[in-house]
Amino acid sequence: MKGSPGLDTQEQALIQQIQNGEPDKFYELVKPYERRVYTAAFAVLRNAADAEEVAQEAILKAFANLRQFRAEARFSTWLIQIAVNEARMRRRKDHAEIMEPIGEHQDEEGTYTPRDFADWREIPSEALQRAEVRELLLEALASLGTKYREVFVLRDIQHLSIEEVADSLGISRASVKTRLLRARLMLRDLLAPRIAEGRFSREPFEKGNKPW
Amino acid sequence: MVAVNCEQVWQEISNYIDGEIDPNLRAALEDHVGGCQRCTAVLQGTRNLVRLYSDERLFQVPLGYSWRLQRRISATLPGRRGNSLGWLVAVAATALIVGGITLANSRAAAPKVRSVHAQIGRGVPATLAVIVNNHGKLFHVAGCPFLNEKDGTRTLTAEEAEHEGYVPCVRCMAKYLGQVAMNWTKKAWGIVSA
Ligand SMILES: [Zn+2]
Ligand SMILES: [Zn+2]
Repeated sequence: MKGSPGLDTQEQALIQQIQNGEPDKFYELVKPYERRVYTAAFAVLRNAADAEEVAQEAILKAFANLRQFRAEARFSTWLIQIAVNEARMRRRKDHAEIMEPIGEHQDEEGTYTPRDFADWREIPSEALQRAEVRELLLEALASLGTKYREVFVLRDIQHLSIEEVADSLGISRASVKTRLLRARLMLRDLLAPRIAEGRFSREPFEKGNKPW
Repeated sequence: MVAVNCEQVWQEISNYIDGEIDPNLRAALEDHVGGCQRCTAVLQGTRNLVRLYSDERLFQVPLGYSWRLQRRISATLPGRRGNSLGWLVAVAATALIVGGITLANSRAAAPKVRSVHAQIGRGVPATLAVIVNNHGKLFHVAGCPFLNEKDGTRTLTAEEAEHEGYVPCVRCMAKYLGQVAMNWTKKAWGIVSA
């Protein structure tokens, strides 16, 4: 998917057909991205039910606004943009950030200093079949501040390019890079001591446990 | 070669992992990391976590997400008809022996499912969580005595199971299908109770 800028011709044809009165082609158009739309919404909201609802809303909104889509942009990026905006609106509406997430008020410009130097030997990817490991990773991710979480999810989970992340979130490429670096380093600080010691149990990341 | 310190390494670690780094800086960084335990720990850990998070299995959409989305689109957009379950078609394509119940000659007996679809669909929600055996062909509800758990099982929605080629276990699905649908199913597929 990466490396082919602009709109692919099949998508272009689908959009054309939809606009010419074949709305039933719409699902075909969004299907390749339905997962990404959900994940983008989840990155903002951290809640599966809300993320699903927002994903649906975003996709319907994309249909309603299809005429505003400009072919210079990538359809997927445009779609994710809508999802991120919808999710942010929902978050503001719900005041969902009751728990203060980590790193939210940290100075983005300052250098982040790693706190933990535990030797994290590579764990086999089969470990992901274990629920505790998945829970641990998702919990660590959820504890990041929104602006770091958004960038990390779009880049390292969705594999968007730096440029696409910047477009999706409406921030500069430099900000994407700064936040990504910080997100990765914070996650490493959270995970390294547990993974190094093989503690995959679901102890919450309590205040005292946090490296910052 | 320019020398870099630990802080500079940490600043560049992300770019380094992504391969977006100037070759000279890369060389200096590698030189430093080679002799610094702390930076080795940070680099390896960061690399490991990027690899782990990029695994598709980590981040799963909720069961039935795709199905509900299609439903919502169908219901909202003009000129599109509801999406109905097609697993009975899958049954047609698979000859099965389930316990004492035989699906006889099902390949030849592909019936017209459309007319009764609504009836069947009411009984078995597509979003129903079902369990499959990784090497089996059937999907079951939790606790079905005919579910073989030895080879590992997975939970997914009825619709997803159907997409993957699994077909309903006639034993445990009976209560979901309801008697009318069950009779229809048996008749349609030529099921003969042993
Ligand atoms: Zn160092
Ligand atoms: Zn069963």
